[in-house]
Amino acid sequence: MKYILKKAVMMILTLFVVSILVFLAFNLIPGDPAARKLGTEATPAQLENLREEMGLNDPLVVRYLRWAGGFVKGDMGDSYTYGPVEKLIADKVPITITLALMAFVIMTIISIPLGIYAARNKGGFIDRIIVVTDQVVMSVPPFFAGILITLIFGLILKLFVPGKFVSYNRDPAGFFAYLLFPAIAIALPKSAMTVKLLRGSVIEEIGRDYARTAYSRGNDTRQVLYRHILKNAMIPVVTFMGMALADMVSGSIVIEQVFNIPGLGRMLLTSINNRDYPVVEAIIMGISIMVMTVNFMVDVIYRIIDPRIDAVD
Amino acid sequence: MKKKSPVNRTYVQKGLAILSVLSTMAIALSGCSGDKAADSSDESVTLTVGIAQDLDGLDPHNVQAAGTREVLFNIFEGLVKPDEEGNLNPALASEISISDDATEYTFTLRDGVKFHNGKEVTAEDVKYSLERYKDTGASSFEDVQAIDIVDDDHIKVTLGTANTEFLSLMTVAIIPADLADPDKEPIGTGPYKFVSRSPQENVIVEKFDDYWDSANAAHIKDVVFKVEANPDSIVMDLEGGSIDMMPRVTSTQASQLSDSFKIYEGQMNLVQALYLNNAVAPFDNELVRQAMCYAVDPEEIMDFVSDGAGFEIGSAMFPSFGKYFDESLNDTYNYDPDKAKELLAEAGYADGFSFTITVPSNYTQHIDTAEVIAEELQKVGIKAEISQIEWNSWLEDVYGGKNYEATVIGFDASTLCASALLYRYTSDAHNNMFNYANADYDAAFKAAQSTTDDAEQVKYYKECEKILSETAAAVYIQDLPEFVAMSDKFEGYTFYPLYAQDIAKIRLADGE
Repeated sequence: MKYILKKAVMMILTLFVVSILVFLAFNLIPGDPAARKLGTEATPAQLENLREEMGLNDPLVVRYLRWAGGFVKGDMGDSYTYGPVEKLIADKVPITITLALMAFVIMTIISIPLGIYAARNKGGFIDRIIVVTDQVVMSVPPFFAGILITLIFGLILKLFVPGKFVSYNRDPAGFFAYLLFPAIAIALPKSAMTVKLLRGSVIEEIGRDYARTAYSRGNDTRQVLYRHILKNAMIPVVTFMGMALADMVSGSIVIEQVFNIPGLGRMLLTSINNRDYPVVEAIIMGISIMVMTVNFMVDVIYRIIDPRIDAVD
Repeated sequence: MKKKSPVNRTYVQKGLAILSVLSTMAIALSGCSGDKAADSSDESVTLTVGIAQDLDGLDPHNVQAAGTREVLFNIFEGLVKPDEEGNLNPALASEISISDDATEYTFTLRDGVKFHNGKEVTAEDVKYSLERYKDTGASSFEDVQAIDIVDDDHIKVTLGTANTEFLSLMTVAIIPADLADPDKEPIGTGPYKFVSRSPQENVIVEKFDDYWDSANAAHIKDVVFKVEANPDSIVMDLEGGSIDMMPRVTSTQASQLSDSFKIYEGQMNLVQALYLNNAVAPFDNELVRQAMCYAVDPEEIMDFVSDGAGFEIGSAMFPSFGKYFDESLNDTYNYDPDKAKELLAEAGYADGFSFTITVPSNYTQHIDTAEVIAEELQKVGIKAEISQIEWNSWLEDVYGGKNYEATVIGFDASTLCASALLYRYTSDAHNNMFNYANADYDAAFKAAQSTTDDAEQVKYYKECEKILSETAAAVYIQDLPEFVAMSDKFEGYTFYPLYAQDIAKIRLADGE
């Protein structure tokens, strides 16, 4: 309990620092949102009016406090193009989160059984194939995997139509179907890393004394593996998978570009280009909150898997 | 240890099973979302048009981007409407009368024109719309003194000074006076009505059945404007069928497309030039500017940038503005590096000089152009360094701050009048980014603006163009070619002399 409190305070402090950095960064880079919006036909009077309307004429501190104050109350301000930011983000979050979760599920389905299988059959023919394939897949960046998948499954095998994204509120089934391939593209390299990690970790644990003791007490391989070894072997894997989940949300930014998915990533990139500060700030804050929450959850899961960690704290 | 455990196998099997279920689902779904065009008529088909960036809004009086205007062209109309030839035709006004001194424009409203919400257009709606547009501070409406309702069918606009080109500004969208927020609920009178919008994803419109101009009503019922944010996936998306049409593809993309796409070739209607800051040395010297005009060969640029397509220009006017365009100005400076060196020597730069061309990094064609120019200038001893900057920085520093030596960009005309291109060269224009100042030019421009005789106006505008050409205000290059890719399932794409994608003209190809 004390630990959770401590963590929560740390999280708020970190968020505070992030908010200042985000706010400063986007106010220091060149580019005037009003000039961007009005383009080449703008008159100086129009520019001045719009700057005033956007609140860009106030001092930096005033603007920060106004923004941060609103943010705490759940008011993320107005996008320069799309109206209230909360609504915009609420529209886009399901897309990116679904993509990340699907990738996570695919990663889990692929990597856990494969990792355990490879470890149990260490040195065997299939294990060798897994290890080599693993090494190759691991080194393929998601965007490249995305392009390959589009080419093979989209254009040659015609399993999906590249770019034919449909929104979840118009056709939920089509929505999931379209996200499947991008999710695989994100999941592949992460799965490969998980397999490698899990395989190594299980092999290491199998050689430990407690495993030998467990065998000598008459347990068969299955019991030793699932009751004793996996519990320990999973600790580094859970950490990695937690990080991978956070990474998948931010990694989907790239994949959204490749597969033409109008999610948070697309929103972030175009908003940076358009100098739509309220949107950029809100998305980055959102991603930071998410990464911190995932890390926090990983900590909690540790404690469930291995109660000793709590005792040390 | 090598013994296989049954549990282990089940894990793998389960995983595989789920995977295969998921992929079968995907196959099944993509199967049924595929071609429904088997027995297609205009009514049953959806046309998906790719757009390079999302609209910057739906409120017709408050959007700026050319890419937005060309989409809204289908939803909103003004009292007059441009056609593909560059004529202004009466639209919501059936008749227009202009007072002899060109200060009073009286419009007779067309009977029975309906908004998308079913209400008829009234004089109040017109007055409201024009006043609302004026209130945005638009520079083109600065001179409007009064907008009066004469009677139920007539509305009169009074100007402070004579302006025969004012009609071209009356394309301002007419919207219902009681519309709460046009940005959320865009209602106009155009051939298509707004259905829905999803940020960064799409804008969906459908055919308006009560459109007043039945001769020009839309053919295709459902149209989706889909944001294609990633230029690298355009060819893939066209081939895969998730978009049917994409305006402004590059010549490379056009060549990658299969036979099932038709490439329409037109003009972008841009004045592309190497623009020089006339206030900084050495470009404040007319001889230096002229020398550069002699040293740059538009033909070579066109060959390099777009395989020879494109239209050479010699002043700040492009060919689709028919009567104002003067092709003879293309020959003011023919490529002549020796002459360029001579002029440079005369100006005191016998050994050349070096300068920077600042180009916005998002425009490949302008960057390519700048690179060819730099090569060409090298031959006469001028060293040009190319600096690419982000569009926002360009807008702020180069365009707004005039803090640059030279840049390559293209200017478009927002309305169908010569002043849309020529005003920016007058010495006190707010958008005179070139710091060009020439008393003769100002006088000719003023004369063109104040005359009410069309022939005389054309004469003065041509004089303006000639002055720009002779004083080498900029190194004019070309009107860039525009390629539009459209699936051969459709036909009827039409180019306009200003930014407009007239979807109403597109129909299913015969035999489909």
